[in-house]
Amino acid sequence: MSADGQGSSHWFDDEAGPVVRPYAMTRGRTTSPGQHRLDLIAVVVTEPQAQNPEADPTLAPEHVEIVGLCRQAPQSVAELAAELDLPIGVVRVLIGDLVHAELVHVTRPVPPAELPDESILRDVINGLRAL
Amino acid sequence: MIFGRSERGKPPVEPVTLKILVAGGFGVGKTTLVGAVSEIRPLRTEELLTEAGRPVDDTTGVERKHTTTVAMDFGRITLREDLVLYLFGTPGQERFWFMWDELSEGALGAVVLADTRRLEDCFAAVDYFERRSIPFLVGVNCFEGSARYPAEAVRRALDLDADVPVVLCDARDRESVKEVLIGVVQHAMAHAAGRRGALTS
Ligand SMILES: Nc1nc2c(ncn2[C@@H]2O[C@H](COP(=O)(O)OP(=O)(O)O)[C@@H](O)[C@H]2O)c(=O)[nH]1
Ligand SMILES: [Mg+2]
Repeated sequence: MSADGQGSSHWFDDEAGPVVRPYAMTRGRTTSPGQHRLDLIAVVVTEPQAQNPEADPTLAPEHVEIVGLCRQAPQSVAELAAELDLPIGVVRVLIGDLVHAELVHVTRPVPPAELPDESILRDVINGLRAL
Repeated sequence: MIFGRSERGKPPVEPVTLKILVAGGFGVGKTTLVGAVSEIRPLRTEELLTEAGRPVDDTTGVERKHTTTVAMDFGRITLREDLVLYLFGTPGQERFWFMWDELSEGALGAVVLADTRRLEDCFAAVDYFERRSIPFLVGVNCFEGSARYPAEAVRRALDLDADVPVVLCDARDRESVKEVLIGVVQHAMAHAAGRRGALTS
């Protein structure tokens, strides 16, 4: 959507004005029922069985786009929002729909309450040094 | 484009993702810092806001409220096929703190960028991370024309705890920013070790 330049025809402007269209897309929902808020760095992965989402009449084009993007390579919620040029809240709803339809799954980042594993932190330091 | 592409029949690698926050006042160099190390041009995402400055998370009455957006930028560093670090820079004003709450959940740690010409701009961020025990480091972005203060003077002016690292940096310089990020992770490690120690003793 956004990559081809068409996405610049915003339904909200950069000065931050009223927003209408994202609500239409999510039918007014801003969070999925019963769903934990997806972290911005949670990674969305398309299920192998999600072959032909275009054929599903219940899915919006944006749903189909997410399935396609995350089939090529898993992507974080933040990246999807940037790629689709949609607010994060809207992307969360769309992902929630897709999880519900079992077309994608979401891998959670290190759980907030847990201390990150020391070996992971050491890997991060070494990885940064090697950049 | 992103992580390891799936080869035919082989499931794609699902990486462990981590995040570091970049805080500080307007114009202090957050976007510049993210851009200096990110493998992608800093991306912008937007969050919907109601007039009250709260995120939209329920639908009742939303249609009638004016909704606005707030932008934050983020960058990505793929450390390994299965290990990806994200950097998030968001507005430092207090009215955007709901975003900090969300972003700081599960964050490895934070960089508070400071400009010695207006140190007070980062007081709010320092307070925020101190109160929540989120490990942070203060990076003093050395703009030309700003007097070079020794790190210790900045520490005193910000009334930082002795263990909070203060480093002079240049947000435009990749090597300098790498050092800053390494400093955050090292500090986070020490912080975690301290907490583990406290838990087991
Ligand atoms: N001279 C100098 N300029 C810088 C430095 N860091 C950022 N800038 C400039 O300061 C301005 C604001 O930086 P920006 O990253 O957009 O700040 P942000 O509002 O914190 O994201 C930009 O024009 C940058 O080019 C620095 O270390 N030295
Ligand atoms: Mg900026």
